[in-house]
Amino acid sequence: MTTPIGYYPGCSLHGTGRELDQSIRALAEVAGVDLREIKDWNCCGATAAHSLNHDLAVALPYRTLALAEDQGLAEVLAPCAACFSRLKGTAVRLARDPKLAQKMTEITERPYRGTVRILSIIEFINRLLDAGLEAKLTHPLGGLKVAPYYGCLLARGEDIVDDDPEQPSGMERALVAAGCEVVPWNFAVECCGGGLSMSKTEAVLDLSDAILSDAEDAQADAIVTGCPMCHSNLDMRQRTINAAGRGPHDLPVVYLSEILGLAAGIEPERLGLDRHFVDAMRVAERMTERSA
Amino acid sequence: MTQTSTKPDAATGADAAAQPWSPRIVAFVCNWCTYAGADLAGTSRLQYAPNVRIIKLPCTGRIDPLFILKAFEQGADAVLVSGCHPGDCHYTAGNYHARRRWGLFRRLMEFTGIDAKRLFFSWVSAAEGQKFADLINAVTDEVRQAGPFDPTNPARKRPWT
Amino acid sequence: MARVGVFICHCGENIGRTVDCAAVAKAAEAFPGVVKSVDYKYMCSDPGQQMIKDAIRDERLTGVVVGACSPRMHEPTFRRAAFEAGLNPYLLEMANLREHCSWVHEDRPVATEKAIDLMRVMVEKVKKNAELRPIRVPVEPTALVIGGGIAGIQAALDIAGGGKKVILVERSPSLGGHMARLSETFPTLDCSQCILTPRMVEAANHPNITLMTYSEVTKVDGFIGNFEVTVRQKARYVDPEKCTGCGACFEKCPAKKIPSEFDAALGNRTAIYRPFPQAVPNKPVIDAEHCIMLTKGKCGICAKVCPTGAIKYDDKDREVIVKVGAIVVATGFELWDHSAYGEYGAGRLEDVINGFQFERLASASGPTTGEIRRPSDGRIAESVVFIQCCGSRDPKRGVPYCSKICCMYTAKHAILYRHKVHHGRAVVFYMDVRAGGKGYDEFVRRAIETEGAEYIRGRVSRIYRRKDGRLVVKGADTLAGRPVEIVADMVVLADAIVPQPGASRLAQMLGVSYDEYGFYSEAHPKLRPVETAKAGVFLAGACQAPKDIPESVAQASAAAAKVLGLFSQPELEREPIVAKVNEVTCVHCRACIQACPYGAIEDKEIKDSKGNLIRTVACVNEGECQGCGTCVAVCRSGSIDLDGFTDEEVLAEIAALE
Repeated sequence: MTTPIGYYPGCSLHGTGRELDQSIRALAEVAGVDLREIKDWNCCGATAAHSLNHDLAVALPYRTLALAEDQGLAEVLAPCAACFSRLKGTAVRLARDPKLAQKMTEITERPYRGTVRILSIIEFINRLLDAGLEAKLTHPLGGLKVAPYYGCLLARGEDIVDDDPEQPSGMERALVAAGCEVVPWNFAVECCGGGLSMSKTEAVLDLSDAILSDAEDAQADAIVTGCPMCHSNLDMRQRTINAAGRGPHDLPVVYLSEILGLAAGIEPERLGLDRHFVDAMRVAERMTERSA
Repeated sequence: MTQTSTKPDAATGADAAAQPWSPRIVAFVCNWCTYAGADLAGTSRLQYAPNVRIIKLPCTGRIDPLFILKAFEQGADAVLVSGCHPGDCHYTAGNYHARRRWGLFRRLMEFTGIDAKRLFFSWVSAAEGQKFADLINAVTDEVRQAGPFDPTNPARKRPWT
Repeated sequence: MARVGVFICHCGENIGRTVDCAAVAKAAEAFPGVVKSVDYKYMCSDPGQQMIKDAIRDERLTGVVVGACSPRMHEPTFRRAAFEAGLNPYLLEMANLREHCSWVHEDRPVATEKAIDLMRVMVEKVKKNAELRPIRVPVEPTALVIGGGIAGIQAALDIAGGGKKVILVERSPSLGGHMARLSETFPTLDCSQCILTPRMVEAANHPNITLMTYSEVTKVDGFIGNFEVTVRQKARYVDPEKCTGCGACFEKCPAKKIPSEFDAALGNRTAIYRPFPQAVPNKPVIDAEHCIMLTKGKCGICAKVCPTGAIKYDDKDREVIVKVGAIVVATGFELWDHSAYGEYGAGRLEDVINGFQFERLASASGPTTGEIRRPSDGRIAESVVFIQCCGSRDPKRGVPYCSKICCMYTAKHAILYRHKVHHGRAVVFYMDVRAGGKGYDEFVRRAIETEGAEYIRGRVSRIYRRKDGRLVVKGADTLAGRPVEIVADMVVLADAIVPQPGASRLAQMLGVSYDEYGFYSEAHPKLRPVETAKAGVFLAGACQAPKDIPESVAQASAAAAKVLGLFSQPELEREPIVAKVNEVTCVHCRACIQACPYGAIEDKEIKDSKGNLIRTVACVNEGECQGCGTCVAVCRSGSIDLDGFTDEEVLAEIAALE
């Protein structure tokens, strides 16, 4: 894979989701992929913009798409599930509605011909596996039992995600390749509370508690996610959930890229595994060197 | 029989020369699908151009290429052949025979100097009344654009409008 | 010299409003050969037909053209009238002035001109028409009924009762179909087996019915009155002549853990088995896939314990060809597989079951002897959620149509459950309740008002299993406008009704058309609901569309009536639209033989009086020719023509265009 892939970290990967950023970059390096951050990228708008102003909600991702196109990037990875959904959703809408595209060109004063393809973290990692990463997974995780958690955005939107919205399977190949055992569980696409994290924390505690409980009932050693919002609700709020008399939970919540990074033999600290609220370093202990 | 854009000869063109031209379309249709589809257009009261004369046959497989040539000889500006959809032939495979035949027949038409665009093919099922009406309108429009095939043909006694 | 009569119908105002019928009649008068031309308000009425008959006699007509509606509508009517007046019916033609003219054009002069053209074309054709005689083909007065469920049994009994022979073919080892699996039936709650099993026995014992169970139709040749059907009788490995049905074999069979098809996998059966105790015939078969003797070559216990030596491990499939005059297709339905619904557990949750499984649980002869015990641990279900429209009315992931019977059987399930578990909670999620039918709405009301079923209008968004093993059902109550969460021991999904797997393959064998889901298409949705577009093939039951028992039975009896009508005459009259070879000019190039889709053209050897072969020509078998005319168009020497649509007739039509 020699063509560079554009990289759109969004706000999370520069903030609460730094592990995601670190692990993706490390993984890309192992796989020999040139990730190029889009110069001068802006906020995707996430939940806030489209609940306030529809034009703004399209204009923000539009500008980023136009920048990527201008910078010669045919494909852009948006690891954060919300960023992915906004960028891909906008690209789909623009392709369907030339009038909207025209309007956005006027608002942002930038042309966009619709050439950029947006990749989710799941698509990106499957792409790396296709391109030879599978052979570089020298440290499989010895049957670590994981509950793949897609949340609301990594399996939904029929034009956006090519997966079954009610029983997605996009992460499974990568997890199995990394030596994990995928446990069947019930809450893979339930809501974690998402953007209510700040405004209605109580709701998040209820919802995230149910997810954690179900993963524990399914005997999972860890929840695997691809979304920084899900991650912060499940990982950062776990202590609060316990303090509110639920649980008690003690379940590591890790990113898909971290799991793959470990399996590729990358040091856990470089992946950011030491930065989690709930101790995730124990996941790293499951790394076993494959006698080649 | 070549196409011409010159004014018809008043002596041979009989009444036709006196009246404005309008397309003459002869449609060979099968009894089971397209004829019934045309019936459905009727029962649904779908209005379409009056420029078509339907000749019913049991199956498009029955259509002898000679019929098409005779229709042109008789003053048609275009011929339409329409039967059951592929796979739905009442007689299992007659429409496939027809389709293969037209592939060859088109070349013969070109050879004889008839523009193959004057021969139209379609599949219209018994349930497609709207498609039949649309088809007749579309063919009529197209033929209107193309102009008359042989305006001097004495068989053309009056326009089909 | 031709003497043609022209009759223009006004069809009330249907034609008369747009077409000047009098002007058409007047114009037709001038066509060469026309000796009489009149118009009349309703040509198809008695006085109208009488006008035609009188003219045929008085004017000694040699041809008639009726300008009226589509020939698809009234051609038989007018041809009958011509016949009654002594004119060969094929010397009467119709010009379609209604569907193809007055109804599709508004301009009166234009429509009138076109009507005149249409009349001229048919007049020229009819002048070339030849007298034709209907073709008579013998009818084999035996019917084949495919499918031994309630519809097939009913059709077979009715045909047999009418004195005709029936061959009843059933794929599984026993008659009974799905109805035999049901516990009770709506809306009366009669016991399904109690009303069905006597019928099964009657069918098996009827002297006019030949039963072929464990058999499948593999090939269908021929045409109405004369079908040749190949039936594969699967190896039973048990000699039905010797077997007494004592049951010693399946009591001792060591392969015991095979999921029972009859019990919808809630119970097990042995490798040598009969599907259920009331099976007809009540003789076991060996399931070769699971039999230890047949797969591994050792065991042989059943042969040892059989007192009559009926076990034949070397039994083979057999193909039998039967000749029948009519076929009734009654292959029934299957349930849609709800594993496509991830939110309902994707088929992985043991206590999420389908309607048949609930029937078996509720049945006194079922795996729990009628107690509503959940499959996972056998505990009595204290709370059951029923979900209607599972897969039905879901164009995206299921089927777009309504499966029709689910509202009723769900109400029945809720009532049965409440009868059996008095303290239990029965919750029904529904989109709409569709209870059209005699006593049906009352039955649903009874479930709600007196049997204590809780009906919630809304969909279920997720079912999952809690740590304690119970199911959590999350959904919406759209009437109250709030989310609901119910803890249940069991969920019963009313899965959509879909055709039997393989329905389309059978349809292709039979030449019957089917819809995009695989349900067989009737010849006309309103007026010919029992016939198919293939003459001599009739439909009964849910193979045509989702149906309940009374509807299936009614359609089966209707199909039987059609078959008996067909068999009432020893010969069948067919339209004489068939191809004919001119043996003098035929050069025997065999192009027609290769083109004929029916294999109706054969070689014919012409011999002199001493038996020496002079030459070979093509010859059309009138019984098999369906009259498509494909052979005519491929004939290089112009030696075949099609009666009713001869080259001369068609060319006369073309030449009549002015």
